[in-house]
Amino acid sequence: MKIQRKVKYEEELDPDFLNEIQKISGCEEINGCIQCGTCSSSCPMSVYMDYSPRKIIAMVKNGFKDEALGSFTIWLCPSCYTCQVRCPAKIKITDVMYALKRKAIEAGTYPSRFAIPILDREMSRLIAKYGRNSELWLILNLYLKSRNIWGMLKMAPLGLKLMKTGRMSLRRESIKNRKQLKSLIKAVKESA
Amino acid sequence: MSQYIYYPGCSLKGNSRSYEESILPTFKEVGLPLQELEDWNCCGATAYFSVDDTMAVAVSGRNLSLAEKSGKDIIAPCAGCFLTLKKSNKFLASRHPKAMKVLENLKEAGCEYRGTVEVKHPLEVLIKDVGLEKIKTLVRHSLRGLNVASYYGCQLVRPYTDFDDPDYPTHLDSLMETLGAKAVDFMAKTRCCGGSLTGTIEEVGLRLNYILLKEAKRKAADAIVTICPLCQFNLEITQAKIVKKYKEEVKMPVVYFSQLLGFALGIPKEDLGFSRSIISLKPLWDKLNGGGAK
Repeated sequence: MKIQRKVKYEEELDPDFLNEIQKISGCEEINGCIQCGTCSSSCPMSVYMDYSPRKIIAMVKNGFKDEALGSFTIWLCPSCYTCQVRCPAKIKITDVMYALKRKAIEAGTYPSRFAIPILDREMSRLIAKYGRNSELWLILNLYLKSRNIWGMLKMAPLGLKLMKTGRMSLRRESIKNRKQLKSLIKAVKESA
Repeated sequence: MSQYIYYPGCSLKGNSRSYEESILPTFKEVGLPLQELEDWNCCGATAYFSVDDTMAVAVSGRNLSLAEKSGKDIIAPCAGCFLTLKKSNKFLASRHPKAMKVLENLKEAGCEYRGTVEVKHPLEVLIKDVGLEKIKTLVRHSLRGLNVASYYGCQLVRPYTDFDDPDYPTHLDSLMETLGAKAVDFMAKTRCCGGSLTGTIEEVGLRLNYILLKEAKRKAADAIVTICPLCQFNLEITQAKIVKKYKEEVKMPVVYFSQLLGFALGIPKEDLGFSRSIISLKPLWDKLNGGGAK
C-alpha cells in the first residue's frame, strides 16, 4: 500500500479564492457560514455528490479552489433552492453553486463530455443565436457533444412517442427580431 | 383583454403544449383572456445562469421590456420561466452596478426597461385575483371521487415568491378541493424531480421521480397534478423505466392543474390537450366517469 498525503498544506491552497467568489453577486454572504449542515441535509442530490454542499462552502472559505471547481457537486445542483431558503446564515447557496459552475467553465475544470455543462452551454448558445430553444435540436446536440450515441439511440422510442403526440418537432424555433437580440448581446459583451 | 400578458416559454410551445392548450381556454372561462407576448425570447432557465449570469439577466430583460411596452404584467405558467423572469426582474431593480449596466445595454439595443412589470404564476392569479369562491360558482363538472397528489416542485415556491409556503404550500390543494377532488397529504409536494438532470443523468432522474411516484401511490392518489412542464415531463417519461428498475407498480397519470380545472369548468376534455399524454389516463377517467377513457 502506498502511503499518500490526503490533506493539503496551507501553501497549496488559494488564499484569494474566497475573495474572488465573495465579489460575485449573490455570493456576498458566504463567509457567514456556520457549518451547520442544513444545506446538505436538505439537498435532494447530496447522496450523489462527491462533496456535500456544506463541504463545498467550507472549501470556498478555505481556498480549496481546485477541489471545488473540479467537483461533480456543483453540476449536480438542480437549482431547487431548498438549501437557500433554509440557510440560517442567509447564504444564497444556489447562487454560489451557479458562480462556481461559471468559474469552472472559465477555468475549463469540468470533466470533458460531461453532459450537464454541455446542456447548459448548448441551451445558452441556441438562445443567444435564435432567441429560442428548440427542444429536439438541443437534445441532439447534447448527445453528439457528449459523444453518447448509445444514449441517443435509447431515447429514440421516447422521441417517436413525443412526436406522435405532437410534443416534439423538427422545426427550428426563432424569434423575429434577431437583430435586436444580437445588438443586446453585443452591448452586454462590450460593457463587461 | 385582461391586465396580464402570457409568456409561454419553450416548453409550452413544445413538449408541454397541453399546458398551453388548457391554460388559455381556462383563463378565458374565468374572465381573464390572455394574449401572447409578441416576439418573446426564451428565458434561459437554469442553463444561462450556469454559463453567463449577466447575459441571463439581459435576455430576460428583453422579455420584461416587451411586456412593459404592452402595459401588462406577465403570467408565466412554467415554473422555470416564472423563477427566471422574477429573479432577473428583482436583480434589475436592485441598483447593483451590474444591473445598472444591463439596463443601459437594454436601452442601447432598443428594449429599454423601466422596471414596472410584475411576474405572476397562473396559480397565484387564480387564487388571489379570481378567488376560490368565484371558481366554486363556475364548477360545472365536479371532480368528486378523484384523489390527487398536488405537486408544486421547486421553482414556483422558492425562493422569490411569498404567496405560498416554500416547504409545504397549500394553494394547489385548496384549488383541487374547490373543484371537488380530494387532495391527499402529499409529503413530497416540494421535493425535487431532478429538473434537467433527469435528462442528463438517468440514474438520478429515476431515483428522484421514483420517490415522488411512490409517495403519491402510498397516499392512494389517482393522479399527480403539476404546475410545471419539467415536473410533468420527468414524472411521465420515467415511469416505464421506474417500474422496470424498482419492480414496483407506480404508474399513474400526471396532468396539469389547468387541465383538471378546465374540465371542471365544463370545457370539453378534447380541447384540453389530454390526448398528448403518453401514460394511459384511464384511471383518471374511471374515477371521474368523464365519458370514456383514452
